[in-house]
Amino acid sequence: MSKEEKKVKRRDFLFTASYTVGAVGVGAVIWPMIDQMNPDKAQQALATTEVDISNIDPGKSITVLWRGKPVFLKRRTPEEIAEARAVNMDDLPDPQKDEDRVKVGKDEWLVMLGVCTHLGCVPLKDKGDFNGWFCPCHGSHYDVSGRIRKGPAPTNMEIPKFEFVDSNTIKIG
Amino acid sequence: MSEHEYTPKSKAGKWFNDRLPLLTLGAHLTDYPTPKNLNYWWTFGGILTFCLITQIVTGIVLAMHYVAHADLAFASVEHIMRDVNYGWLIRYIHSNGASMFFLAVYIHIFRSLFYGSYKSPREVIWIIGLMIYLLMMAAAFMGYVLPWGQMSFWGATVITNLFSAIPLVGDSITTWLWGAYSVDNPTLNRFFSLHYLIPFLILGLVVLHIWALHVPGNNNPVGIDIKKPSKDTVPFHPYITIKDAFALLVFMIIFAGFVFFTPNVLGHSDNYIPANPLVTPAHIVPEWYLLPFYAILRSVPDKLGGVILMFSAIFILFVLPWLDTSKVRSAVFRPIYRQFFWILVIDVLMLGYVGAMPAEGIYLVLARVGTIYYFLHFIIVMPVVGYLEKTDPIPMSISEPVLTGGAEPSLARKVNDKV
Repeated sequence: MSKEEKKVKRRDFLFTASYTVGAVGVGAVIWPMIDQMNPDKAQQALATTEVDISNIDPGKSITVLWRGKPVFLKRRTPEEIAEARAVNMDDLPDPQKDEDRVKVGKDEWLVMLGVCTHLGCVPLKDKGDFNGWFCPCHGSHYDVSGRIRKGPAPTNMEIPKFEFVDSNTIKIG
Repeated sequence: MSEHEYTPKSKAGKWFNDRLPLLTLGAHLTDYPTPKNLNYWWTFGGILTFCLITQIVTGIVLAMHYVAHADLAFASVEHIMRDVNYGWLIRYIHSNGASMFFLAVYIHIFRSLFYGSYKSPREVIWIIGLMIYLLMMAAAFMGYVLPWGQMSFWGATVITNLFSAIPLVGDSITTWLWGAYSVDNPTLNRFFSLHYLIPFLILGLVVLHIWALHVPGNNNPVGIDIKKPSKDTVPFHPYITIKDAFALLVFMIIFAGFVFFTPNVLGHSDNYIPANPLVTPAHIVPEWYLLPFYAILRSVPDKLGGVILMFSAIFILFVLPWLDTSKVRSAVFRPIYRQFFWILVIDVLMLGYVGAMPAEGIYLVLARVGTIYYFLHFIIVMPVVGYLEKTDPIPMSISEPVLTGGAEPSLARKVNDKV
């Protein structure tokens, strides 16, 4: 009797071991099939863009393409900066100071992804209730700092990683 | 299913059938006993099969000329329209065919809702049908992206961004779907691959759908169980085949009307502008058959909430057989439910209408009212009405109301006093 019990246990062990090895094997095959859909090397290689900003007058903005997405570069007037900083934090669905959205000493330059955080449309400039941007797709209003004020978008427009290479050039990414 | 064993007449037929009983299957499909009172609302199964085959055939032909690349896709579609022999015809059949497919599937689904075809013992047929419907929406959405026009690009952007609403992993999933950091060439390429795959998955599910149907047999306008075969049934061929064929002809006339006279009326003119990732069209709308769900999405002022509600609107249908508490299938004998059924039809049509309008003012109010009713209908109305409703007497058999010639059949089964 005890001999038979031992046999059953041995078989159980073999089953469990087989299933485990099988599961690891299946996982090892499935992962490459899933990961192949992530951005490839060629896509990742497009990760930085340099932009010449010498021709942008105060109050004007340009749009450049970075990683297939539009980036807004706006040179703000002192009045616009003052307006952005006068906002009460309690009025913001996603509270963030204007100072935290720009580089220190380069307060006039707002560099942000021109992508609505709701469902990814490109907001229109100088429109909406807050003197900033307005997304025509589902009606999100952004202020002059690109912060969400009204509408279905959950967060402020994203600030990408960027740096000033020199006073006339910005490197995004 | 007829129980008698089928034997092929010819010797060769018998030899083959003994090895693979395809002829037995053919005989089963021909003789399949069908309720004799099926009306024209029951012809849409055949019409949908026709739609699927049309889409597969025209799609295979289009794929011979189309190029799935962000720089070439738009031009290749115009090449199909202008240079390829009969390319315009094939493309217009394919693009309008998608709309006709959805028109037919909506009628088919509402037929099922009216006559209670989703109820026991047909729940599995219903669920497989919903899976087909989900795959149809996926195929249609990806197909709409392929011409790489403005609506293609921004429709793809909005729909894929729905997944970014998922907490924590949303952005990773969206990037994974795109294969890039925005909707781009990798996205187009994989959508083409999947768009080609899905119709064959649907074909497989259609086989299961029909198989599951042939186990209990068809529901019918009276909604009662019938003996098969009996004086209440007729063989599928030629009785149902000829009726289906006639309905199909009428359907094809309407189809041809769209293809030849107004091939672009169901599309959006912005899709004849090549995709531009820097400019969003002023007014993004999905294809008409997705508008009710789009209205539900936009009726919620919260991103995650809107996405959850939109998906719930589809997935709630999966539990419908268990939300409906009434034992009587056909709404013909359900005076209260029948009224709510028509309210639901109007509600869905209204949601479709406001889905096409800007999400503001009165349209937003209507969208919210419509969304609330949509969910109330399934969560509250269906279970409660099933309990409280006093149903009309249902006949003993299909033949009876015909033979006794009245709405007051003497032998009527009384089911109204609490089933």
